[in-house]
Amino acid sequence: MTTLLDVKNLSKQFTSGGGLFRPVRSMHAVNDVSFSVKAGRVVGVVGESGCGKSTLARLVLRLIEPSSGTVQFEGIDLLALKAKPLRALRARMQMVFQDPYSAIDPRFTIRDAVTEPFKVQSAGLTSKQTNDKVAELLSVVGLSDQLAKSYPHQLSGGQKQRVGIARALALNPDLLVLDEPTASLDVSVQAQIISLLEKLRDELNLTYIFISHDLSLVKYFCDEILVMYLGRVVEALPDTRAPARHPYTRTLLDSTFDPDPKSRRTIEPLAGEVPSPFDLPSGCVFAARCSKATEKCRSQLPVLTAEGGHPVACHNPL
Amino acid sequence: MSILHVQDLGASIASISPLSGVSFDLERGEIIGIVGESGSGKSLTAMSVMGLLPLIGGRVDQGTIEFDGVELTKISESDYRKLRGGRIGLITQNPMTSLDPLKKIGSQVDDVSLLHLGLDKAGAKARTIELLSDMRIPEPASIYHLYPHQMSGGMKQRIVIAMALAADPDLLIADEPTTALDVTVQAQIIRLLGDLVKKRNLSLVLITHDMSVVAQTCDKVMVMYAGTAIERGPVQEIFDTPQHPYTKALIACIPHEIAGGERLKGIEGTVPGVAQYPSGCRFHPRCALAGDICSKDIPTFEKGGKRAVACHFALEAS
Repeated sequence: MTTLLDVKNLSKQFTSGGGLFRPVRSMHAVNDVSFSVKAGRVVGVVGESGCGKSTLARLVLRLIEPSSGTVQFEGIDLLALKAKPLRALRARMQMVFQDPYSAIDPRFTIRDAVTEPFKVQSAGLTSKQTNDKVAELLSVVGLSDQLAKSYPHQLSGGQKQRVGIARALALNPDLLVLDEPTASLDVSVQAQIISLLEKLRDELNLTYIFISHDLSLVKYFCDEILVMYLGRVVEALPDTRAPARHPYTRTLLDSTFDPDPKSRRTIEPLAGEVPSPFDLPSGCVFAARCSKATEKCRSQLPVLTAEGGHPVACHNPL
Repeated sequence: MSILHVQDLGASIASISPLSGVSFDLERGEIIGIVGESGSGKSLTAMSVMGLLPLIGGRVDQGTIEFDGVELTKISESDYRKLRGGRIGLITQNPMTSLDPLKKIGSQVDDVSLLHLGLDKAGAKARTIELLSDMRIPEPASIYHLYPHQMSGGMKQRIVIAMALAADPDLLIADEPTTALDVTVQAQIIRLLGDLVKKRNLSLVLITHDMSVVAQTCDKVMVMYAGTAIERGPVQEIFDTPQHPYTKALIACIPHEIAGGERLKGIEGTVPGVAQYPSGCRFHPRCALAGDICSKDIPTFEKGGKRAVACHFALEAS
């Protein structure tokens, strides 16, 4: 399998304040993240709100500029590209957004929304070609081409997300970054969208980066999983059956409810809440909430080290 | 005797009837889950019991709601006002919007016991601090003086729960209490609610879209679809032998670790809006088992007994 995407030491800081009486404060939204994605794989990125997963998604496509680090797509350094070649390369990597209600311009018809990528890329399609493309794309995502003339408000949430996927597929990409594509949908519709994504991956040889806060969904859908906490990858599960080695991953798994009354268990919930990203602790970012934390954890930052192909950033892995 | 007995409840708003045919019982110390997708009528059921429909221009126009022997559909607004926040507590979905941003959280909780228990200011404050510590809020005496924006979502939801409990209610209605929260915080809040029900011998109506939460917490469950109840029973039986095709499909939509490579199945179509309710059984256009009768006759929701199902072709319990 060839490596499609290679991310090394990627970081992004945001700053706030800087007024007359306010000092500039900076937060590390993404902190020294490295991973690679092999062609045809589904890589899940999981974590709670504020862990940096959506920022990571945007960095990977260079929708925002990183503070440091590199992103290579098939060996091409994305960050060195000027606007034009970057735009050309973006045709091969597309994104599906979380909220289908705001991801599509309300004044665009579905036809306009789905064909916008061709305009951006100056593909110069004739009207006939455009019609054919729209019909083809809508049928790929399971929508009737009758909907082409509709506006987003006339569609249900699930239909809108299908339009979002159709638009992402318009330019025949290799990589799709899916940022919580089902978070705002009902479970029955979520299941439809997930099975559509499974079908498309097989038919179109797609590679996915799947961002989600839902660990059971990630375990169901993905081949490998990155667990993020406060901007850092704390564990990279090489497959979904690998046992958790980081205490945070363990807690996430324990906090996930099983849909079976027979396997009811007493959950020992994690104490405390995620610390402020403006004020990161000096040692392990999870130490304050970890039951296994030692003095070393509080003073020394653990690095992500691979042992037996299962990287974990922890001084006392499980 | 049941603390809450709802029989054939229906509601109307202007000329539409978004809710009908809801029947359930709740005993002391019991948790019932009301589960369904968006637009299924879960929140309307809660609002009907709380007597809040006039707020949105609606009213209960069918059936009965008996709370501890009192028929709620017949009492005056001033009697209702005594019950609400008094013997019936409400926990709303979004803790970010259910607290007053301009008032210290301590005085917001105080207000409840000042109004319903007739305590003096010092007594109310002492009670609030005790409640906050029951909610496992660290340093309640200093938290008392904070404003909502100074707290995290999980903390705010604990304050909302403290407010709901301030007047020592018998019945608690929690409308999606953890939907806006992260998974580890959700686990904390669900655990807290379960402990409170046990410790205080409360009855809880837990409204959720998440079958996994139901599986882990509830004694019994009522499944709703498109504004009506379609199945009801003890939680274990509903998961083991769902009799309504919708219940069965809804359970199959939950992603979880799959044995034998069974893939996720969605339910074709979407939940109809109030204006598009189909004739007969409201689920029939999406149902694989639907026959001629399903589009003509509304299936009755069998009343009485532990289990009830509204389906012409109820699945055999096997």
